[in-house]
Amino acid sequence: MTAREVVGLSAAALVMVLASIAGDRAVTREGRPDKVTVTYWEKWTGDEAKEMRKVVDAFNASQDKIFVQYLSISGVDTKTMLATAGGNPPDVAGIWLEQIAQFSDAKALTDLTEMARGNGLNSDYYIKGYWDPLNYRGKLWALPSTPASIALHVRPDLVPADVATPETFPQTIEGLDKLVDRISKKKPGGDLEMAGFLPSNPGWWNWSWGMYFGGKLFDGENLTLDSPENIRAYKWISSYAKRFGAKEVQSFQSGFGTFASPQDPFMQGKVATEINGVWKGSYIRVYKPGLKWFAVPFPYPEDRPDLKGHSHLSQDVLTIPRGSKHPKEAFEFIRFVQRQDVMEGLCKGHGKNSPLQKVSEAFFTTNQNKFIRLFDGLARSPRAFNPPQIGILVQLRSEMDVAFQEVSTEKKTPEQALHDAQQRVTTLWTTYKHQVLNR
Amino acid sequence: MIRRDARVGVLFALPWIFGFLIFLAYPLIASLLTSFTSFSVLRPPTFIGLQNYNELFHDQVFYQSLTNTLLYVLGAVPLTAIVAIGLALLLNTKVKGMSIYRTLFFLPTLVPMVALGTLFLWVFNGDYGLFKQAFLKVGVTPPGWLTDPTWSKWTLILISMWGCGQAMVIYLAGLQDVPVSLYEAAELDGAKSWAKTMHVTLPMISPVILFNVVMSIIGSLQIFAVPYVMFPGGAPARSAYFYTSYLYDNAFQYQRMGYASAMGWVLFLITLALTLIALKLSEKHVHYESN
Repeated sequence: MTAREVVGLSAAALVMVLASIAGDRAVTREGRPDKVTVTYWEKWTGDEAKEMRKVVDAFNASQDKIFVQYLSISGVDTKTMLATAGGNPPDVAGIWLEQIAQFSDAKALTDLTEMARGNGLNSDYYIKGYWDPLNYRGKLWALPSTPASIALHVRPDLVPADVATPETFPQTIEGLDKLVDRISKKKPGGDLEMAGFLPSNPGWWNWSWGMYFGGKLFDGENLTLDSPENIRAYKWISSYAKRFGAKEVQSFQSGFGTFASPQDPFMQGKVATEINGVWKGSYIRVYKPGLKWFAVPFPYPEDRPDLKGHSHLSQDVLTIPRGSKHPKEAFEFIRFVQRQDVMEGLCKGHGKNSPLQKVSEAFFTTNQNKFIRLFDGLARSPRAFNPPQIGILVQLRSEMDVAFQEVSTEKKTPEQALHDAQQRVTTLWTTYKHQVLNR
Repeated sequence: MIRRDARVGVLFALPWIFGFLIFLAYPLIASLLTSFTSFSVLRPPTFIGLQNYNELFHDQVFYQSLTNTLLYVLGAVPLTAIVAIGLALLLNTKVKGMSIYRTLFFLPTLVPMVALGTLFLWVFNGDYGLFKQAFLKVGVTPPGWLTDPTWSKWTLILISMWGCGQAMVIYLAGLQDVPVSLYEAAELDGAKSWAKTMHVTLPMISPVILFNVVMSIIGSLQIFAVPYVMFPGGAPARSAYFYTSYLYDNAFQYQRMGYASAMGWVLFLITLALTLIALKLSEKHVHYESN
């Protein structure tokens, strides 16, 4: 074989590789040659994905110019980031509210301010608690797909009759603690059988406990993980390790099934109360139909009645990654999702409240979640709070998780754990400001 | 003729050469260069000299994850070696249906890591887990395998035995290469089973042991999938947070590719150092037939 043949064969192999890559691009991006194809990556699978598909289908049916291609993608945040870096991002990416600052700082998102303004999507159209965190450093980076507010869910069959209604349930944290002491049960060997409440269940928002005591994690400039309110919250958490025994709680909790299953501890009756989002009702309907429950705002500290009616808010959001091939068409789809009828249909399908200021009466009356008005009210509460807007939120949450575990396992005192977390995050924040924000 | 053969040889090697250049040489060089930059993937990298390395050596989580990893290596490498050698010795005996036993002991290594993690989540479940029930049967209260920071690494070390089938097969091959004449000579000298194992078998398979130990050190330093599934975020309290988990988080969760690349190179140097130490220590204990 001559050198020319070798080069020729190598070139042919290279062409085949490139053709297969280009071919793949052609298939995925130009699925409908008669329309502009908008690629939409979303995190959801199962029923939640099904509901969003309905919205996508309705949009596609209403269109003669745009076709939205919906794709369920696991790890959608990481993949969107990498695809954006590679210059081939989706046109619409469904990420989490908590990531807006990080993505925006990394220049991964398209500024939606003007497009939204031009379409009448402004602060008047949304509930303030949901609109504000969509804006970061003066610009709008995302619009909601579905929002949520968080409340305490209660099993009336597992609490005494005198507190078994939303009206009579304890409103303060001290009242909740007394109830927990009253109803929690241990087996003869000392193992926990039923806990009235566990701060570590489901354990998704360990960073937020200080806020239920009036604290903050970030004041816009400095981190305040070890503020007196946060320390007070973590002392309260450590009181549960003392109340039940750290090892007993660990052992008890390691037997919990996942929340999307009939083995969920709340559905199984292993816990009588649980802090969770508006979506909990949908999961109960699917995995434990007929289970009786009610929801109340999470209790407030006795000496802080000003915090009454507080709730942690969260949102799934729609963004247009930087480098999207069809940003206008992508926004057209996002705008469609924001229509009151479309948004209400989607939120109802997901078992969530609406992020919009205006909500139809039918949304409440036909909603399968009979406490939907409570969740809507919590979202509108001036005491509702969002995660801090900071580009190192992932690290911050991770440090708060570690502090939470150290306190729960009695490895450190609340002061020590939060002091260590504060020190570590302050270093990360200084580096982040230097390497990312000041560039 | 020789030139022509060389060309054909190169042609056949071309796919590998392409693969090596694209998937190994380029990422290696790129990651080395990236380790001297601040690089968030979406913005061009900025040269920052040795800042990443400097930060790394002042990073508590780096030390914690490294300590966790080294403790895991210290526990898992000897344990898997002992279990694998023990199994290989048992499977080297002349018993009916031995090929079936060999297959059975090798089969677990085929289980994908994520499935393995999920399986052991149930085995060590604090309520229904097999281990808990077994301990309770003998009247012992088991520890919090998955929830107690003191026990999480031990749980993973125990699980590491699950994958010893691969090493076992290599030991088995080594055992079958030991000349029978040596055993016969030892028997003539009055050696019993234990003495034969210690003075004939182990010295004769010592090169195989060295190979397996070195491979096991390299593999254990890179432990990722099982703890990632079983101990999300390295919980409880980062007691199961390993080096590669921290590297992954820096690269893909925190978008700190420069820092992650620096971590990658430090891990490479640690691996190299441990391998060289293992080779040095083995000099007096490994016997090659050619010696």
